[in-house]
Amino acid sequence: MLFQTKDLKFSHPGQKEYHFQDISLDRGESLLVLGKSGSGKTTLLNLIAGLLSPHSGSVVLDGTAINQLDSGKMDRFRGENIGIVFQKPHLLAPLDVKENLMMARYFSNKNGQDADELLQELDLSKKSHSPVNQLSEGEAQRVSIARALINRPKLILADEPTSSLDDENAERVVKLLQDQATKIQAALIIVTHDHRVKEQISNYIEVKSV
Amino acid sequence: MNLFKLSWKYLTFRPLSTGLNVLLLALGLAIITVLLLIQDQFEKKMTQDAAGIDLVVGAKGSPLQLILSSVYHVDFPVGNIPMNEAVRLSRSRLVKQTIPMALGDNYQGYRIVGTNHDYLSLYEVGFSSGKAWEEPFEVVLGAMVAEKSGLKLGDTFTGSHGISVGSHDHDHHDFRVVGVLEPKGNVVDRLVLTSIESVWYTHDEEESGEEEPTSETSEDQDTLAHDHEHQNEEVDLEEDDYENTEEDHENHDHDHDAKFHHPVAKSGFPATDQDREVTTLLVQYRSPMAAVQLPRMINSNTNMQAASPSFEMSRLFELLGVGVQVLEGLAFVLIAISGLGIFIALYNSLKERRYDLAVLRAIGASKFQLLILIFLEGISLTFLGALLGILLGHGFLSILAAQNEQGIAAGLQAWTFLSAELWIVIYALTVGVLASAIPAWSAYQTSIANQLTRK
Ligand SMILES: Nc1ncnc2c1ncn2[C@@H]1O[C@H](COP(=O)(O)OP(=O)(O)OP(=O)(O)O)[C@@H](O)[C@H]1O
Ligand SMILES: [Mg+2]
Repeated sequence: MLFQTKDLKFSHPGQKEYHFQDISLDRGESLLVLGKSGSGKTTLLNLIAGLLSPHSGSVVLDGTAINQLDSGKMDRFRGENIGIVFQKPHLLAPLDVKENLMMARYFSNKNGQDADELLQELDLSKKSHSPVNQLSEGEAQRVSIARALINRPKLILADEPTSSLDDENAERVVKLLQDQATKIQAALIIVTHDHRVKEQISNYIEVKSV
Repeated sequence: MNLFKLSWKYLTFRPLSTGLNVLLLALGLAIITVLLLIQDQFEKKMTQDAAGIDLVVGAKGSPLQLILSSVYHVDFPVGNIPMNEAVRLSRSRLVKQTIPMALGDNYQGYRIVGTNHDYLSLYEVGFSSGKAWEEPFEVVLGAMVAEKSGLKLGDTFTGSHGISVGSHDHDHHDFRVVGVLEPKGNVVDRLVLTSIESVWYTHDEEESGEEEPTSETSEDQDTLAHDHEHQNEEVDLEEDDYENTEEDHENHDHDHDAKFHHPVAKSGFPATDQDREVTTLLVQYRSPMAAVQLPRMINSNTNMQAASPSFEMSRLFELLGVGVQVLEGLAFVLIAISGLGIFIALYNSLKERRYDLAVLRAIGASKFQLLILIFLEGISLTFLGALLGILLGHGFLSILAAQNEQGIAAGLQAWTFLSAELWIVIYALTVGVLASAIPAWSAYQTSIANQLTRK
């Protein structure tokens, strides 16, 4: 198994405790995380990415128990092995498209994918030196996907990556994520309540507030 | 990409705020740079120019003015002293050496100093061409005077009465350049040196001219006529060679005394049987004892006053100190404001950038790297400010030196750098570190999960 969570428990200060369903994924496998708003989907994703640490339970990626790493090592590990796509692109405005990718490259020691090739695959090669605030919504989201993929992560996390995109772009983004995950043999977890995504990925779990 | 490039991108992403803060800091630091440079160079120049002069003796009046006018040649001369008194003083057993000087004329604002050859040895100045004066009306030009006036060996010119440009011209006799001094970087560079006799004879003619019972208008016409004559002479000069000029002079001066061609005194006082005056006497003590006795003796027993260059200059610096302190205060206010400006700019930009910082963490940056990023921004901002400030300071000084060719700022070296300027850089960087400390700490503590969840 490439990726596994076990008995994850977490509660925001002063709120009831979440007990998340176990997840296990192999290389190239995809998983949807569904659930109502406020059910804790983003919380689960943050736990998996090491942005929050669970009260109990474990998250293991490729043999590393990431919730046991200290803060600095965790940051480095995340930079190298986990690619995160947010609902909004959140690119760094002072940098151009390629510099945004190279920034992600800087924080890891890995030599990941070739930036130009990746931009080409995501149909962004013409925008390589554009300022990011001149991109369309769809383009910006694809750049943020490219940034998540540049270091050849073992796990790709996407939090509602399609919610602000039109049908065509939404389908394209999900397909991109799937194709890239297959290509670099990464596990892919997409959090969504977008019904359009369900048509493309059948494997899912549901998060329920108990 | 790296952190340094990233911080630079963020700085240039808001050029207005960055530029303003850099400029503000630079202005403050420029003032400090100028003060540092002037203080250093002035003091050096002052001591250099006064080296070997223990005491200056002149007419009663302001001692500071006496020093300024006869050592640094900037202020108006105080007045004259009878030569026989000066001679008596020079024979005192407390005195090792004296150099008499006759001041009061200028050529295009450069002061004409009547003295003897000891003055040249006092400053250990050699010749880049020609030789020292031997006869009356022969002059030697300081390096800067020669360069700015374009006068060469053999050229002649008319001095003006007084010490500023445009004063009444002496009409009767021309000075002739027989030597040009090598550049020394001190007061000698901007002087026209000649014998005391030259200065005397110029004024003799002046006086005898005034004694003539002529009306104002006719005298003016007289002057005009003379000017014409001189212009013709100068034209002649360009065409003819040196020998001819001399002949020309001899023809001209047919009515003058033979004394005009007697050799002048090369050391000590000129020989004369008349009651003559000199302006000042530069004195070198024979023993440390003299420093105690001589000034008191002169000030209480004679009609002259004695002033010590080192004492008067330290008094002057004390007086200037207040002004310097005001400027320093202004500089520190500017620096403090710019520090505050940098702090506010970083802090505000941080609010807008919380999301960026969280994203940086999400793509692998550690807390510590974010801390460094913010510090780098503050530090590169102040580093730029420091460089610009030092550049502005030196630039300002070079303008000052260029504007004040004949004054005390002349010969200030605008582009020599002091090790103290390194402290300016360090000082600026400290401001940068202080201003970015709080923003950097708050960047360090950004909770990324919360930040990223907020839409
Ligand atoms: N930092 C926090 N502090 C306190 N409570 C929080 C915090 N973050 C989230 N919560 C709460 O935890 C619950 C789950 O939030 P979460 O963001 O995981 O929901 P979600 O399933 O992603 O919802 P949505 O589909 O709307 O994004 C919510 O009730 C939310 O108010
Ligand atoms: Mg959510």
